[in-house]
Amino acid sequence: MSDQVSLTVNGASISVPSGATVAVAVALAGQPCRTSVTGEPRGPLCGMGICFECRVTINGIPHRRSCQSPCEQGMEVTSET
Amino acid sequence: MPQSFDILVIGGGPAGIAAAIRAAESGANTGIVDDNAALGGQIWRRARTESVAEPAAEWHQRLQTTNVSVLCGTRVFDQPEPGLLLAERHNDILQLAYQKLVLATGARERFLPFPGWTLPNVMGAGGLQAMVKAGLPIRDKRVIVAGTGPLLLAVAAYLRSHGAEIPIICEQASWGKLARFGLTLLADRQKTTQARQLKRDLAGVPFAANAWPVAAHGHTAVQSLTIMRNGRSEEIACDYVASGFHLVPNTELAALLGCQIRGGFVHVDHLQRTSLPNVFCAGEPTSIGGLELSLIEGEIAGLAASDRVPEAQRLVADRKKWARFARRLDRTFSLRNELRGLASPDTIVCRCEDVPHSRLREHGSWRAAKLHTRCGMGPCQGRICGPATEFLFRWSPDSVRPPVFPVRVSSLSAERTGQPEHTKHEEANR
Repeated sequence: MSDQVSLTVNGASISVPSGATVAVAVALAGQPCRTSVTGEPRGPLCGMGICFECRVTINGIPHRRSCQSPCEQGMEVTSET
Repeated sequence: MPQSFDILVIGGGPAGIAAAIRAAESGANTGIVDDNAALGGQIWRRARTESVAEPAAEWHQRLQTTNVSVLCGTRVFDQPEPGLLLAERHNDILQLAYQKLVLATGARERFLPFPGWTLPNVMGAGGLQAMVKAGLPIRDKRVIVAGTGPLLLAVAAYLRSHGAEIPIICEQASWGKLARFGLTLLADRQKTTQARQLKRDLAGVPFAANAWPVAAHGHTAVQSLTIMRNGRSEEIACDYVASGFHLVPNTELAALLGCQIRGGFVHVDHLQRTSLPNVFCAGEPTSIGGLELSLIEGEIAGLAASDRVPEAQRLVADRKKWARFARRLDRTFSLRNELRGLASPDTIVCRCEDVPHSRLREHGSWRAAKLHTRCGMGPCQGRICGPATEFLFRWSPDSVRPPVFPVRVSSLSAERTGQPEHTKHEEANR
């Protein structure tokens, strides 16, 4: 098994160590996870699946908590607005 | 068809693991459910590259010698009837039937709003640690650790050991309180050893008591933090802020089931029995006491749930000792009044719905604020802003309604028909 996993965040390719969460991939891509209702960029807060600040769309499924989702090869991740 | 258990444990941290082991060792058909991808809870969470350290290794090993069914990535969201829980896992709905239930749902950090706390890279202390364990590179990053509680030191030591630079640790408690707390630790060898280790790990890291975060600055992410230290403010450059104000118990599921909650904690007797028959609770939901208390409470709950009361009773004295430690934590790290003034009128308090402090202070209760501002009505269901407003405005939380976590609409419709979705699908394919 490869040590790296490749996926896209908002269309840009990124490679992360296998086992990293989607929240880490989004951070490494320099992207916010979501835009708040008043337009602020937001990233993870609690890191344990409670705050929902890290939610993103993964492979078309919205509102996934990126801190609880391991990266998988070929995943398509998009920030939420 | 529901999966049936004699004893079902909700939460796979130390308390849950200890409870499941004791229950399974008694011969009970036991299951343990956790929302995370692996057991261990927050305190025993580890990076894939790290090996399991003691004492976690010993408990994990012991768990493996039992035949406990482990259901990770599984989140309980409702109890449609007594003895039956519904949980979401990936795209499935699970029905989990139990004779006896042990709630070991742990705790979360308390966050206090201050200007700029919503900026990316301002995280919880435990939150940032979890991100680093999940693969976030932290080497040569400047991390200011600020808030209150023993977690701050543990997190600072962890981040530093992974190459982070810690410009300062700000602890809001006074030196006097910390000194008294330190003296009481001397009575316990285990805690003294832990404290010495932390001191070594943090040698050379500036530590300030009577100090707290005042405002985070930056545009797309935090770039600096203004802190208040001995009555003077100063701005310090940073890449991350790790800020948490001790812990609050996760009592939502217990409240949903109807367990009595007293003073914010699940009320239990000396055998960890809640006010409901056949429902036990162990660990942080009953009081914030840390690892040792959680393990003992878990053991007591597991034994009591499997009717091994005399063995459970032998652990009660030990629990009393650690319960005293919990009360000391509570006294030492109680929040100072000045922190009520941290948020400015436009500081967002409810991050899900972006409700600022100025709109909340017009209201007299959590219920009124929810109805008028949507505070606490976003996906976190008030788990972040609830404890904050409890401190800021002295509001008490509302009743809990299902689902206790946001779930897909299909999960709710499956619940109504009493049929898990995947079962219906399988039948259609027959």
